[in-house]
Amino acid sequence: MMWLLRGLRNGVLTTRYPARPDPYQNSFPAAVAVTDAGRQPDAEQVADGCPTGAIQAAPDGRLFVDRGRCILCGACVRARPDLFAWQPGAATATAHRGTLVVPESTETDESLAALRAALAARVRRLRRSVHVRHVDAGSDGSDEWEVNALFNPVYDVARLGIFLTASPRHADLLLVTGAGARGMTEPLRRTLDAMPRPIVVIAAGTDAISGGLFAGSYATLPGVGDTLPVDVWAPGNPASPFTLLHAILLALGRAPTDAGVRR
Amino acid sequence: MTTSWTETSPTALAERLRAGRDAGRRFAGLYATAVDASHLRLTALMATPGGGIDAVDALAPAARYPALTPRLPAAFWYERVIHDLFGTIPDGHPRLDPLILPLPDDATRPRPGGAPCPAALDPDDHVLARRVLGTGLCTIPHGPVRSGVMESVEYLVETPGEDIPHLQIRPYYKHRGVEKRFEGLDLAGGLLVAERVEGVATVAHALAYAHAVEALCGVPVPPAAGLIRVLHAELERIANHLDVVLRLCDAAGLGVAVARFGWHKERILRLVGRLCGSRFGRGVVIPGGVSGPPRLSHTALGAELDRIRAALDPDLRLLLVTSSFLDRLRGTGPLPPARADEHGALGPVGRASGCRDDDRVSRGYDAYPLLGPAMVDDVDTGDALARLRVRVREIDESFRLIRAAADRLDTTGPLAAPCTPDDGRGIGWAEAAQGEVLYAVHVTGGRITRCAPRSASFHNLALFGEVFTGDILTDFPFVEASFGLSIAGVAL
Repeated sequence: MMWLLRGLRNGVLTTRYPARPDPYQNSFPAAVAVTDAGRQPDAEQVADGCPTGAIQAAPDGRLFVDRGRCILCGACVRARPDLFAWQPGAATATAHRGTLVVPESTETDESLAALRAALAARVRRLRRSVHVRHVDAGSDGSDEWEVNALFNPVYDVARLGIFLTASPRHADLLLVTGAGARGMTEPLRRTLDAMPRPIVVIAAGTDAISGGLFAGSYATLPGVGDTLPVDVWAPGNPASPFTLLHAILLALGRAPTDAGVRR
Repeated sequence: MTTSWTETSPTALAERLRAGRDAGRRFAGLYATAVDASHLRLTALMATPGGGIDAVDALAPAARYPALTPRLPAAFWYERVIHDLFGTIPDGHPRLDPLILPLPDDATRPRPGGAPCPAALDPDDHVLARRVLGTGLCTIPHGPVRSGVMESVEYLVETPGEDIPHLQIRPYYKHRGVEKRFEGLDLAGGLLVAERVEGVATVAHALAYAHAVEALCGVPVPPAAGLIRVLHAELERIANHLDVVLRLCDAAGLGVAVARFGWHKERILRLVGRLCGSRFGRGVVIPGGVSGPPRLSHTALGAELDRIRAALDPDLRLLLVTSSFLDRLRGTGPLPPARADEHGALGPVGRASGCRDDDRVSRGYDAYPLLGPAMVDDVDTGDALARLRVRVREIDESFRLIRAAADRLDTTGPLAAPCTPDDGRGIGWAEAAQGEVLYAVHVTGGRITRCAPRSASFHNLALFGEVFTGDILTDFPFVEASFGLSIAGVAL
């Protein structure tokens, strides 16, 4: 009884996202942007300064940041504030690995649209009620905190019909964190096999996308992309709860669009 | 506080450590470094009560050396890890099962500190022992894919149905090759890895790493940087302790309490994010100081802390009088003080069983000697409830320390001293929410040649299998939550 009253004490704490934007989304740096799209004479040298090889120099001297490899350490922003800047906003998840490379991806708009359409057709029946199974494939532990945060009253994803399930047999969506530890390859594969079709797979966090700082270790694969058919890539180290929520909504075709809010 | 380095022979090492143990010192860790193809150097770390942490070296053949575990039971897991990483056999070890990396042969191993290892080593679970004996006894595997959002680990619960007479722990699933990853990096690169060894204790790991590097530089950290370090370390402690409270409430099915503590924890993480740009305090600590001043004013920080406390304190008070909850914790997962002392149990787990050691107090660092943190030293019942009580009081003390640090903070001066390390080896420590974190860092020409992190999670998890006396399967989540460990820091 005491706890019941305590639960009423502070009123509604839950964000209105995705129906409305949440101010917290834009209050911390969520990604690195390239502010100078021109050609840099020292592009190779700038790219070498990145500890995970996320900065790529094109042969013509233009710079790209692969957010799927970026661990948000900020070394580039500190060293070259004329070329790189922090970018707030949690809507950083994408449905194509290539589009994590900014400022521009090599993918054409048509192929992206086709990809989204195929995903939308697959998830049509899941849209309003989706059960999520999380698997850790070699995370540093912080990713699990952020996934758990989705179920606290601030994010409360149950209001959107998103639920956590213990059994892969009941799961529609596989949310994978961690750098792809070799020891987890087989358990991951078995979890995927146990899930009913259709399946949506989200690689949550830079580690899951590319291995992050642990790419190239003898004990990890470079992310989970080779083990699983990943549909949505959610960058961040770890991916913040808003990024994770954006990724889930994107997978379900329910993410807010630029044109207007859709639910 | 300085670290002394002494040398002995591998045959004398066990006796030497045992004598230190009998003289009241605590076994704090053991790691090995590949010297050449046929030798490795064992380094044991011993903590002196109220003093520093000293290292004892012994050069041993790479094939085998006399095991320490028979004389020093706390070395049990450490020697299994040395076997996993080097293929070296500790002669006389009671049970040399693979722990973090099961491999079929002893020849191909990562060998940290030595030559580059093979590009890929796939764990082979055929080399693991599977033994179930006794009438009606069966094994229930919990994991590696757990129920709920948890880190991957496998607990093999060997049970006749209700009791848990034996538990096998297999953390190897998420082994990431962390120790090898440090090698060849510069100091800034090593810091990035250290922050991700155990992500929920980012600040503590960064601090222990920075302290090890600073021991090689011989420069004092600016006072303001010491205060900012304390600020972030204590916020991290509150978040971790709240996570434990949250998981205990979840195990008891207290839905409202889970929601309340989830909200409090989220507010702490958001406050950390507003202070430094990362919800986990990443990028704050750098060798020599901190990367910048807090991004919130003193008033704004104080006001937010007041708001959080005003909501949190009544919830903690109510939790500690919720009898349906306390009944599940009282007497659950008891760790007897004698066993805790023998093993040198760390952090809240140790303090709940009467181990009076806290690196912030016993071997203070940064601004802690100035702020005088109080150690919880009057709890020794050793059950899950005692561990909760220790954490609740530490949350209170952390808020006081944050306030005291913020009040004294003056960021007008420099916040980092230039840090150019001499070649050599440094030992650093810090008290994480889970307990003492230790780092041994070897540097040559500004590059890391060997780095051995030892998390409190690793040290304490070895005790986890022993505390189920009298407990049944439904107590499992309470005991697990009350230990409050992170598997990332165990499997490395």
